[in-house]
Amino acid sequence: MYAKSGAIRINGTPVPPPDDPRVSLLDLLRETLGLHGTKKGCNQGGCGACTVLVDDERIVSCLALAVQYTGRDVVTIDALAGEDGLHPLQQAFIEHDGFQCGYCTPGQICSAIGMAGELERGVPSHVTSDLSAKRIELTDDELRERMSGNLCRCGAHNGIVSAIAQTHRAGQLSPRSSTKARRAAR
Amino acid sequence: MRGAAPYAAEFAFDGMVYAALVFSTIAKGRIVAIDTSAAESAPGFVHVMSHYNAPRMKPMMPWASSEKAAGNDALPIMQDDRIRWNGQPIAVVLAETQEQADYAASLVRATCEAEPATTSFAQAKANGTETAMLGGQPVHIEIGDAEAALATAAVSVDATFHTPYQNHNAIEPHAVTVAWHGDELEVHDASQSVAHNAWSLATMLGIDEHQVHVTSPYVGGAFGGKFMGTHQVLAAAASRLAGRPVRLALSRAGVYRLVGGRALTEQRLAIGAARDGRFVALIHTGTSTHIPGSPHPELAQFVSYSSYATDTLKIDLQWAYLDMVANAAMRAPGEAVGSFALESAVDEVAVALGMDPIELRIRNEPATDPLSGLPFSSRNIVKAWRAGAKRFGWERRNPTPRAVREGDWLIGMGCGAGSHMYAREPGGSARLTLAGDGTVEVAIAAHDAGMGTATVQTQIIAEQLALRPEQIELRLADSALPGLVPGVGSSQTTTAAATTVAAKHEVVAELLKLVRGDSPLAGLTADDVTPRDGGLAKIDDPGRHESYASILTRAGRDELTIDASGGNPTESEQYSMYSYGAMFCEVRVNAITGETRVSRLLGSMDCGRVMNARTAAGQFRGGMIMAMGLALTEETLYDERTARIMNPSLAEYHIPVHADVPKIDVIWTGIPDPHAPLGARGIGELSMNGTAAAIANAIYNATGKRVRQLPITLDKLL
Repeated sequence: MYAKSGAIRINGTPVPPPDDPRVSLLDLLRETLGLHGTKKGCNQGGCGACTVLVDDERIVSCLALAVQYTGRDVVTIDALAGEDGLHPLQQAFIEHDGFQCGYCTPGQICSAIGMAGELERGVPSHVTSDLSAKRIELTDDELRERMSGNLCRCGAHNGIVSAIAQTHRAGQLSPRSSTKARRAAR
Repeated sequence: MRGAAPYAAEFAFDGMVYAALVFSTIAKGRIVAIDTSAAESAPGFVHVMSHYNAPRMKPMMPWASSEKAAGNDALPIMQDDRIRWNGQPIAVVLAETQEQADYAASLVRATCEAEPATTSFAQAKANGTETAMLGGQPVHIEIGDAEAALATAAVSVDATFHTPYQNHNAIEPHAVTVAWHGDELEVHDASQSVAHNAWSLATMLGIDEHQVHVTSPYVGGAFGGKFMGTHQVLAAAASRLAGRPVRLALSRAGVYRLVGGRALTEQRLAIGAARDGRFVALIHTGTSTHIPGSPHPELAQFVSYSSYATDTLKIDLQWAYLDMVANAAMRAPGEAVGSFALESAVDEVAVALGMDPIELRIRNEPATDPLSGLPFSSRNIVKAWRAGAKRFGWERRNPTPRAVREGDWLIGMGCGAGSHMYAREPGGSARLTLAGDGTVEVAIAAHDAGMGTATVQTQIIAEQLALRPEQIELRLADSALPGLVPGVGSSQTTTAAATTVAAKHEVVAELLKLVRGDSPLAGLTADDVTPRDGGLAKIDDPGRHESYASILTRAGRDELTIDASGGNPTESEQYSMYSYGAMFCEVRVNAITGETRVSRLLGSMDCGRVMNARTAAGQFRGGMIMAMGLALTEETLYDERTARIMNPSLAEYHIPVHADVPKIDVIWTGIPDPHAPLGARGIGELSMNGTAAAIANAIYNATGKRVRQLPITLDKLL
């Protein structure tokens, strides 16, 4: 059975879980709450367009049943920009031409922030040479490997990769700093 | 960037219901019965539509059958018991939520009677083919006796190439949100063709064009896949039946079932050459899959119309008919797969001659258009080759196959030429309103699905009227707008450019009529003045200047509105007009596993004037990346027994991902076309062409293996 008690915190606001247990976290965001920033590209975990941050980790929200997220902290693209303007990665996407149609962009951005957390925790990828390294360097190969769950069809890959690399170099990609404003808000 | 841009599935109406489709699971036959009783008692059920109760509607109108027709077939939609392809929608279920609609749709039971169907390419060819048609003419061209010239040529290559079915796979699935207000239909669509779709829906539903309002402010990628489709009609009809607004968002599998992609091709490419490399024979024939009434020929042979000088030429395209969803235009239709075959064969000739493949191409440059004899408007492919070769380090290429190795990795370089025909549609128009504060609103029914249309249009209007971009308000993608861009592919830019030039002339002429006697411009004619610094100035005496705002104010006018049209594209009748690309690739192929990695890509383009370097580079890279998929990974797999797509999923249809995409270099000659409006030709499809051949030729250089069947998966290299 799923927990019907408690709320899901979405961008700092408590939201009751849906009555229908079939509702995905993605559909809760888009259809119930009208938070359309998170996109539906395939609804089967194959494209990454629906990526959101849950307790600072990236997940594909189409494969998440909303009722399982009570007590969790969900941050979406809609809340990444603060009162002082865009998140540094959002700004970098504009500067590096990291998008064309814009549909995969929210997922790319949330995914990159979640990826930075994985690097901080020393989680290796398929291309990591030293599996026991405490700190993994974000090389070009690491970045492209780790972002490969986020598909782009327009072909903005070069711009996306350079935007993420620059933001990471500037120390502005960490999930803790990225979602701090949201957590402080509640 | 903040996630605030509204796409089609993000508009909502009060009382809106959600749609789910039921698809046929056979390729051909008739529906005997549809049992909806279980669905109707499911929670949240609202309505179900099938051929039993769908409103009477006219069939889809295919491209070019009328000015605003934009369908991929000519088939009736839910009007009879016929099943014409595997995956055809046979019922639409409406419910209060998407979950309820999906569940209720799963309870619909259809009983169908299957009939023998043509479900494989081999069977379709055995049934007999028909000569393809283009613009009412059969696709069959012969200049001289190419077969005889081939037989006696000093060097010859005669090979068969295969390219697979492919799908567009825009990341935003097709979606539409509709509401009826009395007899007026409001449609929020994911579309490349709002004006076409408004007209098409009205015609099919039997109402007036002006009773349908279609908007499409943001489109999550299109690539030729988002014109008029079945789903918009189904949503409008179901909404009318149910008396409720409807959201119909296709599932990813639904997109594959309803919207066809690139057709499958089999191409014969034969080239005969003299010892010095001159082509004496070029034969490009073959067969594409097709359904009767589809407007898209998948004319792979088109690339051989004008690419090379040759003594003799033979072109022929046959259509093989299958019982399947109609193919669509997909980025660089025909050319993308045709250039793979042609440019691979040219590489084979270079190998046979022991000649550098770039030099061989340059040796066969035509002086005039090989078919029409017309002069080229601007053809600088040789400059593009030279610049690209220098930048790429082509002189470091070892022409001997399988000669460069680093550990387990075989390394090779290859190149291929691409071209894309210039097109400008007649009838493009725009409405331009100059306000008293000197700002301009421009309404044009063009579209931006990520190509940069809005940016570039704003920029060229600002340039033409000597305004700052922030003084321009551009309104796009709304069928209620007065402006129309009939060409919605890469001809959009050129068509809109012509319209903008016409608009400038209109504005100047109309403003001069308003000029008063005490104006610095008094007494001047349209030939004397030009837009400058937000107003008009005398060309040879810029001190004589008056701002737009001042002209309007002194004339007592709040605003000036003009409607401009670009006129007929007579330039295409006088010149052979193409954009060109010289594409370079370096690959690394694992000698043990056959895994291919593209390590470097360069596009050296000759495309007329580049209006905006940033958006142009984005278009070039995008086409080259899609061509990487064409070359290496992409294939829509049809079960040849049932004609059902087996991989209707982004998990099993492999588009290039970040790990596949290297840094891509793009350069251009920057030479404006003197015969195109503003010197610009379309660029969105150009870089699809030649790139797959460059990759395949690099693989040959790396491994010594010539693969003539796409995609070049690792099994073909072992």
